Amino acid sequence: MSLSDRSCITGIGETAYTRNSTRSAFQLQIEASLKAIADAGLSPRAIDGVIPIGIVSGTADDFIENFGIPDLRFSAVIPHGGASPVMALQAAAAAIAAGICHHVLITFGRNISAMAGNNKAGARIHNMPQFHYVTEFEHPMGASAPAQLYAPMARRHMALYGTTVEHFGEVAVACRAHAILNGNALMTKPITLEDHRASRMIADPFRLLDCSLESDGGAAVVVSSAQAALDARHRRVFISGVAAGHPDSPGSITQRPDITSLGIAKAAPRAFAMAGVTHDDIDVAEIYDCFTYAVIRQIEDMGFCKRGEGGPFVSGGRLRLGGALPTNTHGGLLSQAHVWGLNHVVELTRQLRGDGGAAQVADAEVGLVTGYGDLGDGALAILRRE
Amino acid sequence: MNDIAARPPQLPTDLSRPFWEAALEGRLVLQQCANCGVLRHYPRLLCSHCHSEAVSWREASRRGRIHSWTVAHHPFHPSFRAEVPYTLVTIDLEEGPRTLGRWVGDTPVLGEPVLGRFERRDDGVDLVFERA
Repeated sequence: MSLSDRSCITGIGETAYTRNSTRSAFQLQIEASLKAIADAGLSPRAIDGVIPIGIVSGTADDFIENFGIPDLRFSAVIPHGGASPVMALQAAAAAIAAGICHHVLITFGRNISAMAGNNKAGARIHNMPQFHYVTEFEHPMGASAPAQLYAPMARRHMALYGTTVEHFGEVAVACRAHAILNGNALMTKPITLEDHRASRMIADPFRLLDCSLESDGGAAVVVSSAQAALDARHRRVFISGVAAGHPDSPGSITQRPDITSLGIAKAAPRAFAMAGVTHDDIDVAEIYDCFTYAVIRQIEDMGFCKRGEGGPFVSGGRLRLGGALPTNTHGGLLSQAHVWGLNHVVELTRQLRGDGGAAQVADAEVGLVTGYGDLGDGALAILRRE
Repeated sequence: MNDIAARPPQLPTDLSRPFWEAALEGRLVLQQCANCGVLRHYPRLLCSHCHSEAVSWREASRRGRIHSWTVAHHPFHPSFRAEVPYTLVTIDLEEGPRTLGRWVGDTPVLGEPVLGRFERRDDGVDLVFERA
């Protein structure tokens, strides 16, 4: 039984993305969830499946209690960081196709500013069990944060394939240009390739403008059965293909046979085959952008170009609106906000509904969204509008 | 913020304790499957080739080659504030597995041969590499 086109994203919701929010992570998560449920035209009590992303705020039980859900039939925990939202689409589509439930809420909320003493990435990840190798063997020597852990991947890619600072800059500039059009983005000042190059070094080769934001906010989507989606408020946006994949040695980049390989390389052929589309059919892409380099590598590993050609591929404005592969039309994690990439799922849905506003890709019919978690876990979904 | 923040601790587990005990003596040891002989690092419960739990420890040469590197400029943990910028290297050990280490020297080049040693620090050891 294929999951293709058996379910639809019927509701999307986001809070304002800010820094120093005075609302708790759970308040932000609930606000985004209620918006997504209302957007789908549902009562909160109609939710019969819930996947809280990362359990950094509410649990499934919290949603039963607060929404008064009479019969929650499905819940799941997906422990793969920023790959979790797209992996949650897979879990929701599977649960719905199996007839377990009808409306799955996928929801995230975070208030980093309120995480006293533990609010920086370099400290935060070490509370997550999937980072235990890093915590024991790398953190004590000073490889603490994702920027420091991913930098050797990027350095090797540069050495092997000639990828350049300008290639990274192209990704940063494209995301910023799109964020400016969004209306709910943290970063609103235009940047150039020169600004990117001049930004301070964080972990060579990553500069400040290669790194994603730290932000407070919530995002949520509702996935419904294709049948139930007929009664929703918006045009149906189908989950046509979805797949997940993990790199070898997922718990340690250092020990990975090929440190430049990502889990999405295994997932991409499955998702394209399930959706029955080719790369040329993708009108718009929302690609997990924890770092600029991660966008370049995912583009290669998904087969948009060959390995090593991702740098030239992203050059010349190809990722910009009007380019061949408009990417991160909301600004992404680099320039809109960091809510583990659930904002990427929201934005792709908006694009396929035709509600992309100033950043709308003309006649967008088929789009792709990726997730990238922890040290290289990957997932992608191909969505299609009716 | 504490000016003399402690470094993140080296906390051995039941699985890794022999590694850390040897490191304090200046020796780099790797897990070796006692059933099929395959080496592995970082320490884990099972041999992923034959799924045996039986393990012995083999001393490695500390020789290897540069696989990749980075220079940390921003201190993500307060204990490293006084040390930035510092260079981290990913090393292909002669024996097969990799390790991360600190680097002493100018900009590393992929593939160049290196030799490592353990250096004592307040609460443990750092694995430090330089050109062989």
